[in-house]
Amino acid sequence: MKDAQVVKEAPIKEDHPMEKILRMDRIPHIWCSTCGIGTALTAFATALGKTDIPLDNICVVSGIGCSGRIAGYIKLDSFHSTHGRAIPFATGLKLGNPKLKLVVFSGDGDIAGIGGNHLIHAARRNMDLVVLCINNFIYAMTGGQAAATTPLTANTSTSPYGCYEQPFNLPHLAASCGAVYVARWTCLHVRRLAKSINEALNKKGFSFIEIIAPCSTIYARRNRLGDGLSLMKFYHDNSIIKHGADTRELDISYQKKIIVGKFVDIERPTFLDSMNEWYRKQFGEKYIEYGGPSD
Amino acid sequence: MKANSKNVLTGSHYLDGDHACAEGALAAGCNFVAGYPITPSTEVVERISERFPFVGGIFIQMEDELASMASLSGAAYAGAKAMTVTSGPGFSLMMENIGLAAMLEAPCVIINVQRGGPSTGLPTLPGQADMMQVRWGSHGDYEIIALSPNSPQECFEFTIKAFNLAEKYRVPTFVMTDECVGHMTEKVVIPPADQIELEPRRYTKLPPEEYLPFKPEKDLVPDMVRAGKGYRIHVTGLTHDEKGYPVMHWQTQEKLVRRLVEKIRLNSDKIIEFEEEQIDDAEVVLLSYGISSRVAIPAIQKARKEGIKVGVLRLIVVWPFPEKKVFELAKKVKAFVVPEMNYGQMVLEVERAAKGQAEVFLVPHGGGWVHDPEDIYKVIKEAVK
Repeated sequence: MKDAQVVKEAPIKEDHPMEKILRMDRIPHIWCSTCGIGTALTAFATALGKTDIPLDNICVVSGIGCSGRIAGYIKLDSFHSTHGRAIPFATGLKLGNPKLKLVVFSGDGDIAGIGGNHLIHAARRNMDLVVLCINNFIYAMTGGQAAATTPLTANTSTSPYGCYEQPFNLPHLAASCGAVYVARWTCLHVRRLAKSINEALNKKGFSFIEIIAPCSTIYARRNRLGDGLSLMKFYHDNSIIKHGADTRELDISYQKKIIVGKFVDIERPTFLDSMNEWYRKQFGEKYIEYGGPSD
Repeated sequence: MKANSKNVLTGSHYLDGDHACAEGALAAGCNFVAGYPITPSTEVVERISERFPFVGGIFIQMEDELASMASLSGAAYAGAKAMTVTSGPGFSLMMENIGLAAMLEAPCVIINVQRGGPSTGLPTLPGQADMMQVRWGSHGDYEIIALSPNSPQECFEFTIKAFNLAEKYRVPTFVMTDECVGHMTEKVVIPPADQIELEPRRYTKLPPEEYLPFKPEKDLVPDMVRAGKGYRIHVTGLTHDEKGYPVMHWQTQEKLVRRLVEKIRLNSDKIIEFEEEQIDDAEVVLLSYGISSRVAIPAIQKARKEGIKVGVLRLIVVWPFPEKKVFELAKKVKAFVVPEMNYGQMVLEVERAAKGQAEVFLVPHGGGWVHDPEDIYKVIKEAVK
């Protein structure tokens, strides 16, 4: 038997470490305990703490759903838009003021389901946006319906006998449409996720990070996968870090291995750079570049 | 605030209505246009995409009308003067994010060059059948402002007016033109920039610690900030309090939605514009808007030649509807005659406002062409019987 350790009382801190970027007057949040969204938000806060970009220049845009509520808790200029339209809303903000850094923080249903068209076109244009897509495999806020990301055979309230639709391979979708930065992490990989978000923030162009997140209240309960801790243990046992993996091999099967890592990190001119460069080439000094609001 | 001379194409031009809308937007200082091609509105964005590189504006052709309309609210909060352009099917797709713009009180302008509907309808031919959709098309309760030009000259002028109203009341504002006006080419006189008055954005003078994003001023409209100024605002399409935070409670709903509606209703006397002609001794009033107001001219002239006293009330601002004016007239005249290219939309407002004090006659037309003035004349004759 070991000697009893002398536990020094840690000094009590009055401030929450995330106070700087959270709207503390909106806490407690609405997410269930063990939900992965809070973890993803913490990773985002960590990344913000390490970025040199002035926080006043960073805007967060969310759509609708559990993850759509993120904008409401972040103490930056934050916009909670319509279902699926966070990317075009953010596009308007970015083009309206090119000095802003735009982060779209939303869920799989929002970004890849109803908003799929906007996702592929923003990636194609290389719009300067960081898209953080929390994937919990299900429409959780509405009670657990099948999503464009639900793995084959998984049970949802609208696939009560198991899902028979092929889900999206989101990193492959984003990469094939032209994203310049593509990564996938689970909510277990908090430090790697924070590092990835930081890299994406410092990157010009369309960055896409898929964040596999536990939903113990809905997805795990319907599929009898245990509690939040069991899901984290599953990620621990089944995630394989494979940087630079061929994105065609990133499909997620029901309760099988999840390949995570950074898959794409390339350079390509952004929408605005392409536009400005092209017009300067065509018209020389006659071209007047839009520099954002003048006030 | 005056228009910027580098954007204003001062002089006399031979322009169609669509191109005139584009010039109106430029004169109004519009610097962000998002659009998706759709007949018969496409010429507006074509001209914008030609002109913007030389005036410092950003045009983006979006993937669909949902995206175009969603981007407008974003651009408005970034500090841009934002516009989109569409026609029937695209207008239907925009409804979701028109509601968002109304809820976020994002100043923006939408031009609808109406064509025959429903569905794909008559892509290349006129209609006036989106007049109720513009007012009620998105779900929930809100108010908007809409204007209806009847010539390319008015397309130019009303687009500027629309921007000014959008800024003043922080509300999506619509220019409800149609294929006929949009593709009609006429002389358009564009005045010098210093004769074009523009409404500046109502930015707050308060510091961040005192500022509440949705606390209204006396006119019920809140002052705005733009993103990136350190105010760290939160803006949501959920029912929200003055702080901008979501509150799922009927009291907050009551306060917010009532204000969204009343900021237009209680200011309607300042917003409403119409033209009257020979109204004082009129027996019958021809009430019209847009292209139908021009098509009705031969009918009015013919009736007057026969001694029928026809007055004219032509709506410039169609929404909010001039209900007080119509009621006032209803007490004096025998009847209203309402020609419109639909099977009865604005006529319902005329009936509502007349409160049974005068008869109301619709001259319907399904769209695809304009009325035969003879059909309008016949109804005028019937109305004075």
